[in-house]
Amino acid sequence: MNIIVNGENRNIINVNLTFALDELGYKKMKLATALNGEFVSVQARDNINLKEGDKLEVLSPQQGG
Amino acid sequence: MKEFYGSRLQSQMMLGTAQYPSPAILVSCFEKSKASVATVSLRRESGNLESGNSFWSIIKNLDVKILPNTAGCYTVKEAVTTAHMARDIFDTKWIKLEVIGEEDTLQPDVFGLVEAAKILSEEGFEVFPYTTEDLVVADKLLNSGCKVLMPWGSPIGSGQGLNNIFGLKALRSHFPDIPMIIDAGIGLPSHATKAMELGFDAVLLNTAIAKAGDPVIMAEAFSHAIISGALGRTADPMEPRDMANPSTPIFGKAFL
Repeated sequence: MNIIVNGENRNIINVNLTFALDELGYKKMKLATALNGEFVSVQARDNINLKEGDKLEVLSPQQGG
Repeated sequence: MKEFYGSRLQSQMMLGTAQYPSPAILVSCFEKSKASVATVSLRRESGNLESGNSFWSIIKNLDVKILPNTAGCYTVKEAVTTAHMARDIFDTKWIKLEVIGEEDTLQPDVFGLVEAAKILSEEGFEVFPYTTEDLVVADKLLNSGCKVLMPWGSPIGSGQGLNNIFGLKALRSHFPDIPMIIDAGIGLPSHATKAMELGFDAVLLNTAIAKAGDPVIMAEAFSHAIISGALGRTADPMEPRDMANPSTPIFGKAFL
């Protein structure tokens, strides 16, 4: 299945968001997520199934002023 | 010192975490500045570099409160969604709310700011709104649930200092009990001293230290500057006079 992760096309096998994040290389990382512009909490990820063409934003703590 | 949403801070210095020459210099700047709050952001994570984990491992050891921002957000929806994501990842109700209205000056879109502040305050966030010195906007932010204000000194990263002393004085006088932080535009330690002399409760800066030739010395300079300004304010300064007034007593002067 193809989805867009942080603006880039990615092909994934896992449909479930938690497993998809592991597959995408984000395992055990401190992350915040949004799917198609809507915030998805850590707790909600287990119940989210991705669809073809979904836009996933994966953010992490970074420098800020 | 006033409390910020019930938190009494160890110092009146808040420091950003961006643009330092190295992580080690960032850590040294926090030590020398004695900053009590660190601002952080959320950005895209590539995964393979684990940049977020590396950054967070540094920040969580600084022994400071974390103030996530919504930097770079131009709409209410972007800012609110970013705030939700920040609360999820940083486990704090604090949010430095930025809704930018214009890209050259990075000045806040105060209409969007008030709207986003209301939404987030109703959801239990403790909002630190990056705003202008406008009294009417300040009043609307307070009515929206904000209990802290963050007026700018001048545009972000400009180093211009306090561009509108009259406006900032008016804001301070109009809301004497509201904790206020001067955020943005600070370039020199003397700018921070002036902000504290005007009665503001803290100063938030980043570029002035991170981009100095020697950031660590500049961090120490700002620490002294903020303490000096706050002490000067507390000491109740004399009123300026238009004419000279001799400090050495006239009485007893010899007739020669």
